[in-house]
Amino acid sequence: MAIEVRIPTILRSYTGGAKVVEGSGDTLNDLLTDLDSRHAGLRGRLVTEAGVLHRFVNVYVNDEDVRFLGALDAKLNDGDSVTILPAVAGGAFGFAAAAAIAQHVAAGRRVPVTLG
Amino acid sequence: MLSIDRSIVDAIVAHARRDHPDEACGVVAGPVGSDTPTRHIPMENAARSMTFYEFDSMEQLRVWREMDDRDEEPVVIYHSHTATEAYPSRTDISFAGEPGAHYLLVSTREPDTEEIRSFRIVDGVVTEEPVRILDAGVDPHAVQSYMFGQSPATVDYECSDR
Repeated sequence: MAIEVRIPTILRSYTGGAKVVEGSGDTLNDLLTDLDSRHAGLRGRLVTEAGVLHRFVNVYVNDEDVRFLGALDAKLNDGDSVTILPAVAGGAFGFAAAAAIAQHVAAGRRVPVTLG
Repeated sequence: MLSIDRSIVDAIVAHARRDHPDEACGVVAGPVGSDTPTRHIPMENAARSMTFYEFDSMEQLRVWREMDDRDEEPVVIYHSHTATEAYPSRTDISFAGEPGAHYLLVSTREPDTEEIRSFRIVDGVVTEEPVRILDAGVDPHAVQSYMFGQSPATVDYECSDR
């Protein structure tokens, strides 16, 4: 059962420079565990300590963003192609601050700043 | 140093002005290994925010695949800051995932002038670099350096002390 995985430049230090590697697994989670057995450290760059996909990467199965397919639980089939890209984001306003405000909103507090 | 054609810089600035006060973002692709930005690709800011930008993940997949098919890479990744200076924020630094790219920032906080600065961001370390703007059709051996406010063939934007 082979799944092709495309590795972005920033993570090729884990794959000996390889742009494409192969792995196996019934879910994305299984695949990343399998890859980590040969490319130690790769999984840690994609999955947080809390066990969710990192905010800084986009992972796709074929043509779909895995965030719409169940994230780490996304089902994989033989012949699927998985693409990993660095998420491109940023901006003048601190993301940590934005997250803090979102939590304030969730807590039902009044928020003095409006995010565009 | 980032060397980039004036026509591309003009297109980036026009994009930033068009989306102001929201942040604008995009890519300039170039042949792999050339370090030469040649194809301007304005991207949608999926966050549509004055203080945050984010590529739409599906648009990014399409554009990155297209670059791959054309043996290109993202030579420049740009975005605008619309109320602050053109310097990477902590957010910009934590997200920077293309170690080979020039991170170009345009500040549109002044209505009549743009601040354009370029940075390398590798492993969380920001290094500013000069920006050299080239006019197509000008003899590259006759390049001269000027300061802001003139209309020369080439402009070297010097780094500030940081």
